[in-house]
Amino acid sequence: MEILAAISVMAFGALILGAAIGYAAVRFKVDGDPITDKINAILPQTQCGQCGYPGCKPYAEAIARGDAEINLCPPGGEDAIRNLSELLGREYKPAGESVRTETQPGIALIDEAACIGCTLCIQACPVDAILGAAKQMHTVIIPFCTGCELCLPPCPVDCIEIKPAPESPENWAWPHPAENRPFAAPTLERF
Amino acid sequence: MSGQKIFSFPGGIKLAHRKEASSEKAIEPLPMPDRLILPLRHSAGSAPMPIVKTGEKVKKGQCLASAESWISASLHAPTSGTVRDIGDYPIAHPSGLAALCIVIEADGEDAWVERRPFLEDSARLGPEATQRYLQGMGVVGMGGAVLPSHVKLSKAPGISLETLIVNGAECEPFITCDDRLMRERSDEIASGIIFLVELLGAREAIIAIEDNKPEAAAAMRAALSARLETTANDIRVTIIPAVYPAGSLKQLIYMLTGKRAPAGVLPAQLGVQCFNTATIHAIWRALAHGEPVISRIITVTGNVNRPGNLEAPLGTPILDILRYAEVRPETDGCLVGGPMMGFLLPNYDAPIGKGANCLIARSPEFFPARAPESPCMRCTSCAQVCPQGLLPYEMYRWSRVKDFAKVINYNINECIECGCCSYVCASSIPLVQYFRFAKDEIRTAARKKEAADKARERFEFRQFRIEREKEERSLKLARAAQKSAAEQAEIAAAVERVGSSGATTREHGEKA
Amino acid sequence: MTAYLFLIIGAVLVNNIVLVQMLGLCPFMGASRKLETAFGMGVATTFVLTLATGACFIIDHYLLLPFGLEYLRTLAFIVTIAAAVQLTEMVIARTSPVLQQTLGIYLPLITTNCAVLGVPLINISNSHDFVESILFGMGSAIGFSLVLLLFSGIRERVEAADVPRPFKGAAITMIIAGLMSLAFMGFAGMNR
Repeated sequence: MEILAAISVMAFGALILGAAIGYAAVRFKVDGDPITDKINAILPQTQCGQCGYPGCKPYAEAIARGDAEINLCPPGGEDAIRNLSELLGREYKPAGESVRTETQPGIALIDEAACIGCTLCIQACPVDAILGAAKQMHTVIIPFCTGCELCLPPCPVDCIEIKPAPESPENWAWPHPAENRPFAAPTLERF
Repeated sequence: MSGQKIFSFPGGIKLAHRKEASSEKAIEPLPMPDRLILPLRHSAGSAPMPIVKTGEKVKKGQCLASAESWISASLHAPTSGTVRDIGDYPIAHPSGLAALCIVIEADGEDAWVERRPFLEDSARLGPEATQRYLQGMGVVGMGGAVLPSHVKLSKAPGISLETLIVNGAECEPFITCDDRLMRERSDEIASGIIFLVELLGAREAIIAIEDNKPEAAAAMRAALSARLETTANDIRVTIIPAVYPAGSLKQLIYMLTGKRAPAGVLPAQLGVQCFNTATIHAIWRALAHGEPVISRIITVTGNVNRPGNLEAPLGTPILDILRYAEVRPETDGCLVGGPMMGFLLPNYDAPIGKGANCLIARSPEFFPARAPESPCMRCTSCAQVCPQGLLPYEMYRWSRVKDFAKVINYNINECIECGCCSYVCASSIPLVQYFRFAKDEIRTAARKKEAADKARERFEFRQFRIEREKEERSLKLARAAQKSAAEQAEIAAAVERVGSSGATTREHGEKA
Repeated sequence: MTAYLFLIIGAVLVNNIVLVQMLGLCPFMGASRKLETAFGMGVATTFVLTLATGACFIIDHYLLLPFGLEYLRTLAFIVTIAAAVQLTEMVIARTSPVLQQTLGIYLPLITTNCAVLGVPLINISNSHDFVESILFGMGSAIGFSLVLLLFSGIRERVEAADVPRPFKGAAITMIIAGLMSLAFMGFAGMNR
C-alpha cells in the first residue's frame, strides 16, 4: 500500500514537471543559433574545405550542432582551436596531423611561364583571388589569397605553388624576448 | 622671456648626458661614398613609386620616386650618378630584412639638377600648394618618426593653431646632431620657424631646448632677435629641464602647454603642432633653395676614435660612416638611434635613412653587460618612471604569457617605448622588448582578422554571384524553351497550312 | 531579523559551502579558469540555488511529508532541481539573450552540482522554515560565488606566474584551494 502511494506521488510529481517543461519547450522556442556566427568569426575564412565541410560557415554550423570536432581547421592552426575551446567551453584538443602549428599561411604563386590559361584554378578559388582569362596567363592577387591550396589540384600543368608569405620589415614582428634570444650582433672583424 | 610656465610630466628619469664626446665637434660633410642605397619606404605611410630605370643617369637632387598617396613623400638622388639596381637590399631595421631600394653609383661630379626656390610661389599659391611642394621635396619628420611633414601642415577642421612647438630637446644621451644644427645653422632654422608660424597662422611658437644645451639656446635666441621685428607673433626659446623623455611628443606638449592628448587625439586637435629642428631646417632648405632632402646630420659616437657630427648623404652604408669615425677594435655592435630607443643593427651594409639621428659603436666600456633577467618582484619602480602613467609590471606579466586581451586593458598602445621602465628595472627585465613583442602580436592579430573578414566577404559575394548566374541561366533557358515552343507551334501551324512532310519540322524542333 | 542576518553571514563565510562544507568542488575547479567564467557560474548558481531551495521546501512539505515519503527526498530533490534548471534555461534563452550569453552554458552544469542538492538537504536537517531555507540557499550561493571569484582571480595570476615544473597545472590549483580553505577556517570562531 505504502509503495503504491510512493509510486503515485512520484509519478504525479514527474507528470507535473514533465508537462511544465514540455509546455516551456513549445512556448519559449528559440530560433536561430547565434553561436554559429561566433564560431564562424573565429574561423580563418580561407574556405578551403580541408575540414571536410564545403567552406567555413558549414563547418561552423557543424561545430555548433556538435557534429564536428574543433580541431579540424588546418589554416586556423593552434590559435583557432584554442579560441574555439574557449568559446564553446569544450576541452582543448591538440591539432590533428593536418593542422599547421605555425600560424603564417602561405600564398599561391602561379608560374606564369608554365600557365596555359585553362581557367580551372579561377573556378576553384573560393575568394576570387586569381585573375585571368581563357588562353591568357593567370596571376594571383596576393592581398586576397588565403593560401587555401584549393587551386592546386585542378591545375593540369602543376604550375601553382604555395609559398610562405614573404617576410618584410613591414610584417616582421618583434620576437618574445624570453623565448627567442635576440640575434648576436655580427662580428666586427671587417672594420 | 622666462615667463614660460613649465609643467612637469609624471615619471621620466635623469640620465647621464654623455654628449661631451661629440657636442663640441662641428658638423663636417662625409666624403661621398661610391654607392648609395636608398630604401623606397623612407617615411611613414606608403612607399613612393620609382620613376627611374636601371642604368639611367641621374643628377643630384633629381626625383627618383614620386609620392602617390597623401601620407607618402618623394625620394631624391643624393648625388649625381647612375641607377645601378632597383631591388631588395638589407635596410637599417631591427629585423635585418631586405626591402626594395634604389642603388646609385656616384659619378663623383656631384652635379645638381636645376634648383628652383619656392618662397615667392608659396606666398602666391597658398598653403595647399606649399604642402604639395614639400611632399615633392621629400620632407619628412627627421626626429625619428619620419612622418611626412606636409601632413602636419594641414589644419584640423575648426581648430586654430595656438602653439607651434619646435622640438630641440634632444633628450636621449649621446645624440648631438640637433644641438650642433641649432648652433651652426640657427639662421636658417629661425627663418623656417617664422615661415611656418605665418603659414600655419600660429599664435605663438616655442623652441624647446633642454638645459644641457645653453649654446644652442643662445644661438637660437640671437638668430630670432635679429628677425623678430619682421613678425608680430610671439616666438620664444624656452629652456626645459633635461628629464628623459622630455623630447617625446606628448611629454613635450604637456611641459609647454599643460595640454594632455588623450589616446587617439592628434596634437593638431589640441591646437598644437610640433616639428623637430632638423625638419624645420629641411623645410627651409627646400623652400628657400629648392633643395630636396638628400642628406642629414648624424651623430656618430661611442667607441670610436673620431666621434662627431657628420652631414651624410642619405643611403650611405652605415659601415662607411663607422669606418670614417674609426671604430675601435673592442666594439661589439652598433646602435642606430639613441641608447634608450635605438636598436642594435643586424647588418652593417644597411644604409642610413631620413630618421637616423645617431650611430653609437657599442662596447662593454659604454654599455656594461646587463645582469641576467630575474623574476619581477613588483617593486613598481617602472610604474613610477613611466611618463605615460602606465603600469609596466602588469603589462609585462600578461605580455610574457601572451594574454594580449589583458595587455590591451592596461593600455599598451599608449606605450611610447621610451625605455624608462627597462632602465630602472631592478630585475633587469627588458620590459620594452616585451611590450614591442605584445604590440606586434596585437597588430598582427588585428591584420589577420581584417584579412579573414575580407575573405569572408569575397567568398560570400562569390556564392551570391554563382547563385545569381545560375538563376539567370535557368531563366534564359526557360525563356528560350518558351520561345522555341512558340516557334514550333507556329511552324506546326505553317506545316499544317502548307501540308508538307513533318521531317524538317522535327529537325527544326531539335535544333531549338 | 538579526537571526536572518547571522544565518546569511554564517552561510557565506563561516560555513562556506565550498571551502568548509566541501560541496560543489567540481565547478569550483572546473569553472574557475577565467574571471568571466567564474562570474557567470556564480550568478547562475545563485539564481538556481535560491530557486531550488524554495522549490525543494515546497515539495518536501506538501508532497513528501504528508505521505511519509522522507526516504525519497534525494530522488525527488534531484528531479525537482533538474526540472527547475531546465525551465529557467528555456525562459532565459527566450526572454534575455544577454543573460543567456553569460549564464547559458553554465545552467546545465549546475543541474548536477552537489552544492545545489546539498543545500536543500542541509535545510531539512537543520529544520529551517521557508524563509530561512531561501535565505540559507541564497547565502550559500553567495558564498559559492565569492570563493569562485577569488579563486579564479588567483588562478589567472598563477597562470601567468613562474610555477616550478612539478607544481604546474592541477597541483598548484589544489594547493591554492587548500590554502583558501585554511583561510576560511579562520571564520570558524566568529559565531561564538
